[in-house]
Amino acid sequence: MSQAFDAQAQQRVLESRVERVLEYARRQGADACEIGASIHQGTEVSVRLGEVETLELARDQGIGITVYLGQRKGSASTSDDSEQSLKDAVEKACAIARYTGEDKATGLADAELMATDIPDLGLHYSWDISPDQAIDLAMRCEQAGRDIEGISNSEGATLSTSEGVNVYANSHGFIGSQLGSRHSLSCMLIGRDEQGMQRDYDYTSERDPSRLRAPEDVGRCAAERTLKRLGAGRPDTGRMPVLFDPRMASGLVGHLLNSIAGGALYRDSSFLCDALGASLFPDWFTLGERPREFGASASAAFDSEGVYTRDNDYIESGRLASYMLSSYSARRLNMSTTGNAGGARNVRIEAPLKPLEALLEEMGRGVIVTELMGQGVNTVTGDYSRGAAGFWVENGKIVRPVEEFTIAGNLSDMYAGLVGVGNDIDRRGSIHTGSWLINDMMVVG
Amino acid sequence: MNLNSIDPLDEAQALLLSPGGLDLEALDTGLGHAMGPGIDFADLFFQRNWQESWSLEDGEVKNAGYHIDGGVGVRAQAGEKTGFAYSNQITADALRETGATASGIARSGARLAPQPVIRLTYPERYAGRDPLTELSAEEKVAMLQEADRVARAVDPAVSQVSVSLSGEFDVVMVRASDGTLAADIRPLVRFNVSVIASRNGRRERGSAGGGGRFSMAKLKQDGVAERYAKEAVRQALVNLEAVDAPAGQLPVVLGNGWPGVLLHEAVGHGLEGDFNRKGSSAFAGKMGQQVAARGVTVVDDGTLSNMRGSMSVDDEGTPSQCTPLIEDGKLTGYMQDKLNARLMGMAPTGNARRESYAHTVMPRMTNTYMLGGQHEPEEIIKSVKRGLYAVSFGGGQVDITSGKFVFSASEAYMIEDGRITTPVKGATLIGNGPDVMGKISMIGNDMALDTGIGVCGKEGQSVPVGVGQPTLKVDEITIGGTAV
Repeated sequence: MSQAFDAQAQQRVLESRVERVLEYARRQGADACEIGASIHQGTEVSVRLGEVETLELARDQGIGITVYLGQRKGSASTSDDSEQSLKDAVEKACAIARYTGEDKATGLADAELMATDIPDLGLHYSWDISPDQAIDLAMRCEQAGRDIEGISNSEGATLSTSEGVNVYANSHGFIGSQLGSRHSLSCMLIGRDEQGMQRDYDYTSERDPSRLRAPEDVGRCAAERTLKRLGAGRPDTGRMPVLFDPRMASGLVGHLLNSIAGGALYRDSSFLCDALGASLFPDWFTLGERPREFGASASAAFDSEGVYTRDNDYIESGRLASYMLSSYSARRLNMSTTGNAGGARNVRIEAPLKPLEALLEEMGRGVIVTELMGQGVNTVTGDYSRGAAGFWVENGKIVRPVEEFTIAGNLSDMYAGLVGVGNDIDRRGSIHTGSWLINDMMVVG
Repeated sequence: MNLNSIDPLDEAQALLLSPGGLDLEALDTGLGHAMGPGIDFADLFFQRNWQESWSLEDGEVKNAGYHIDGGVGVRAQAGEKTGFAYSNQITADALRETGATASGIARSGARLAPQPVIRLTYPERYAGRDPLTELSAEEKVAMLQEADRVARAVDPAVSQVSVSLSGEFDVVMVRASDGTLAADIRPLVRFNVSVIASRNGRRERGSAGGGGRFSMAKLKQDGVAERYAKEAVRQALVNLEAVDAPAGQLPVVLGNGWPGVLLHEAVGHGLEGDFNRKGSSAFAGKMGQQVAARGVTVVDDGTLSNMRGSMSVDDEGTPSQCTPLIEDGKLTGYMQDKLNARLMGMAPTGNARRESYAHTVMPRMTNTYMLGGQHEPEEIIKSVKRGLYAVSFGGGQVDITSGKFVFSASEAYMIEDGRITTPVKGATLIGNGPDVMGKISMIGNDMALDTGIGVCGKEGQSVPVGVGQPTLKVDEITIGGTAV
């Protein structure tokens, strides 16, 4: 914003820095080395009740170094970019590696798996916006929400912009750089009635600022979400269908991904250990990642160890078709990496999508969950028990808001009990999904 | 041990300022940059942080790492407005640039001069020495291996053991326009054991850990490797026998120590100054009112020796203190930083905290706990006909506006006819802060603090905290199990 960020220049600085660090590691006697370095710059303005509250300028940089001495590994990281600090970090990593144990699985990813084509995936858009313009957008957003009757207070609106460069290099000779940006506007409002206060929020977040929703739209949606929650009671207690709205359904996808991640599997810490090939979802359901989608929020041409990314289907026609592996976890499991060091990228669902009304019709009587609280998800056993808020549904129609209840079940049963996916897809994050209707969970109101 | 013979301010100057060629006078110049036109308060926060971590899996140390970070964060305030900028260089140039940026929050008005330094004396709450260097690398590795050996020897059902040892040496210094000049040298260490036990196709996790603001050498002296290894295995074996948790409203007895996460969520966050100034907390405007049952007294205490949430001075240089939040059920205090205290006409309480120099300050908890009562824990269990006894929790969350909060049990048992019986699976408990606090009917005489594992998240910033409580009985709370 006020300080220009020359991404290409920063990229050159980082690329030459990682080359020098690789050389330091060679001189220190490391047999192999890998380095991740990044620089990000951004601005954030917050307004509340029509006044500026904060103006923050952020510039973060860091470098992480991993060295291998034979089959031993050590790492070091620092935010200080002076040559002395970089040399010290390499020395520290080499020194500490001598105390670790031999690990047959450790080491760089295989050289032949390094990404060779690194296309421009359309991930970097600068936003030339002054602090005054940013304040104006945040003000308009909050004001549009506060203009709606029933909004009594505000937690404010925040506009943030960020752009940066990530560079990864290793001693196979691989070096890859990715520029990226993220711009967002969010608003949280408070409503009050005789029963008490409720708050809710809305946001828009894009790599390309021209794609952001209008500030007034974000403010109004935040207000509407807040007002809908006022006057909430408790739902009935019993077994019933539960509809997870798109924000909450993406959490269910997240639990699945955590449970098929190599790290959980080789540690014997997932309810999906040894489940490859098993039928987990209905046969009309397919889920995978599309890491090279142009302009998408999590796109990358190589993973966090330089391995080329490719489309992976984790669930194919309901069956667990693939785990999500890095080269380390793959070696531990006697398998091959799936290019997932650093996680899944751009998760997409293929399923017959239904309008929300049709899903509610199918549900008949039950709860819609729009908020979940707490850490009650155990991916070792699949046991699931969380606090929730949302809406009560009777005869396929939303009747009233509900809160202070729990929903509980087991992820295996919940995935198998997926009845339908909504066409109300939320495309803001890395996981794109619509609502999920789960046939049967325990609800305690 | 007399570790406090070196003035923390001298040590902080040597570690933070000298490498970049700065001295105390240079800080006055730096403050001058931040005190632009219309700015009524500014502060400079210097930090250098050295972290070390070791982890073991499959009986071998698989990874070890160092992390070094540091820089300066500069705030400039005008009324309710805050401008903030930071740099990872601690130099005169960095102070000039960040000061000019932060002071851009106001553009007109009087230019005020920073107050000359007012020297404070404050007691140090922990041993201010580098906690990482007192054990050799060999001794650290040996601790990890001991925990692995002990855990595997307890029971053949143990199939996986993960052990970690981490520590940090955190040096901070604050200079503010109100005359504050203070430094704090904060050690923080932690040892953790997590195990998987498998039997008859079923697998369960158990974990245990602890630490505080002291050195790794003390962890070794305290025998934590053996203690936490046995505790983690015990919990995993209990969970292998667990049946489905009940669903519905039942009386709940909470064990002492870590279950104090209840207080952190049910009342703690709701009593932070920022939410009350803004009127967004369910506790806003309730000062002096009954917000919990009679007999309930809750304090936030940053002065406890060696505790994970303690600080000698907070991140604005205010000496830590013990702040009563609820006394005999009545709301008597909020936790404040300087900004919110000033805007509410109150005094700062030593609760200003930030994750690092790259984050701005908020009022946060330190160590939050409930004072003990008269009841024997056994007497409390005996008073329950049918209910839940929850002794360990994974964590919690609160919506401070509606007051709804949850906390998730990771070890719990049924109470039947006044006796602890079958272990039950983890379940989330949900309630409304003031409601649940009003339903506390028995308070044990066994107040205990947690072992030093708490991390509190607020608006994306994490800080270490402590919690504590005696055994407690809550007459009714919603239990999110599956068994009817």
